[in-house]
Amino acid sequence: MFSYCADPDTLGTFRWFSCYLTNGVHWSFYLSFIKVLALLAVTAPVALGFGFAGAMAARSHVPPLSWLGKAYIAIVRGVPDIAFFLFFVIALDQGFEWIRHKVLCPEWTDPIRQGNDFLVCQAAKLPLGTSPEWVHETYGFFLAVITFSIVFGAFAANVLFGGMRAVPHAQLETAEAYGMTRRQTFWRVLVPQMWVYALPGLSNLWMVLIKATPLLFLLGIEDIVYWARELGGTKTSKFTQYPHGDWRMWYFLFLLIFYLGMTRVSELGLERVMRRLAHGQATSAGELLRKETTA
Amino acid sequence: MKNLILTTAALALTAGMAMADTVRMGTEGAYPPYNFINDAGEIDGFERELGDELCKRAELDCEWVKNDWDSIIPNLVSGNYDTIAAGMSITDERDEVIDFTQDYFPPTASAYVATSDAADVTGGVVAAQTSTIQAGHVAESGATLVEFATPEETIAAVRNGEADAVLADRDYLAPLVEESGGELLFIGDPVPLGGGIGMGLRESDGELRGKFDAAITSMKADGSLNEMLKKWFGEETATYGTDGTVVTN
Repeated sequence: MFSYCADPDTLGTFRWFSCYLTNGVHWSFYLSFIKVLALLAVTAPVALGFGFAGAMAARSHVPPLSWLGKAYIAIVRGVPDIAFFLFFVIALDQGFEWIRHKVLCPEWTDPIRQGNDFLVCQAAKLPLGTSPEWVHETYGFFLAVITFSIVFGAFAANVLFGGMRAVPHAQLETAEAYGMTRRQTFWRVLVPQMWVYALPGLSNLWMVLIKATPLLFLLGIEDIVYWARELGGTKTSKFTQYPHGDWRMWYFLFLLIFYLGMTRVSELGLERVMRRLAHGQATSAGELLRKETTA
Repeated sequence: MKNLILTTAALALTAGMAMADTVRMGTEGAYPPYNFINDAGEIDGFERELGDELCKRAELDCEWVKNDWDSIIPNLVSGNYDTIAAGMSITDERDEVIDFTQDYFPPTASAYVATSDAADVTGGVVAAQTSTIQAGHVAESGATLVEFATPEETIAAVRNGEADAVLADRDYLAPLVEESGGELLFIGDPVPLGGGIGMGLRESDGELRGKFDAAITSMKADGSLNEMLKKWFGEETATYGTDGTVVTN
């Protein structure tokens, strides 16, 4: 980065660190923060979507749909995250390739499963064997978003399901008495009121999601914890210009600050959302807001 | 006009298929000198240099991919990359799941490292990386095994007293011992383990294995593999004779 970095051994402490902290591998570390934030920004709404669909299915009056919703919630919540991330993602990837294989290579006669191997024709590979590395990385990112969304969607579905049931029944009966159809009642009465009950549970999930990103490395995406461990590890002078001892503590301390900062920002944001949602609700928080404005 | 577009599209497609497919090389990137991440953030080390040379000789287009050690075999068999070059010793258990090329690194000596001579390696607590031959050896030796996901953590466990000793490849430990200022030292005799290090491939990829095997043979024959071994592991390291036999120095 700087011109004086050619021979770090001769530098004073400050300059040494200015070189050390700006070398290529550290840029990868900084980039991984952006990666993690992007993943959170994409995953949270998608997971909420999965959760909403799951909760809607679970409380459906059509039995198969309701079984489907409830099974989704129960199964995904019951499987340990690490098992899910190790096996589900590989299965998902193989599922995509299997479908593409069936469509693109109908003339292929060899079995797809040969012993332990999973073999599809070259044209069915996802991404294609010829595609550049960034395509592979984007695809991995996309798989990560889906997997995170399915896992966290199941938890969100449970929270939303509870939130929907917490809406006072009198509200729904009133809506019905006004002649609203079931669909109208759901969208105009139930959904606007349930968020305030669901939000505490959802905010918990958000916090867990922020901290679940180290699971990403199981999918081959290098997240901040991976880089902290890699960079903090002992480096001997044979393999780097910047040898140092076991500095993982300092890197993890930095991560601690980052995570605490994220928590604080999230708390502030969620507090504002909560205040907004409580407005005009028949809850104690809503009542408090009403008194504040009228007083 | 429409026909023209279709033909060019078809041509482009077939051309894409005829083009040499990229061989994706999977590695861990946390086990110097075999493989590690250098200051520029790229994969570097003995296996990087060797792998690039093998690809050149086999006329393949190669690309390096990092993967966690724990899931390195599942991701290979499901096709996320095509080879494993990650200091992986050839063992019977692994050979049942994947195939190996011939060894490009002679059967390695593993060694115990501890903070004092008095450490008990057969009755005490010994650290090793998960799913390695060293972990298997410790489990059978009568010592209490503590496993860690990365090699770095096994060393840290010895430093902070959680384990009495660590068992790992001698070549990984040597630079650490050298630069520890006397804190870490080798104890006992080196333990010969495994059938050498080879490149892991899917069992169905016989053709690719053949190409790499031939490339390794040619590197053994012209002595270029020995040069690389000496460059990364020092003059004392075991090398290969021109006929592929192991020469210990």
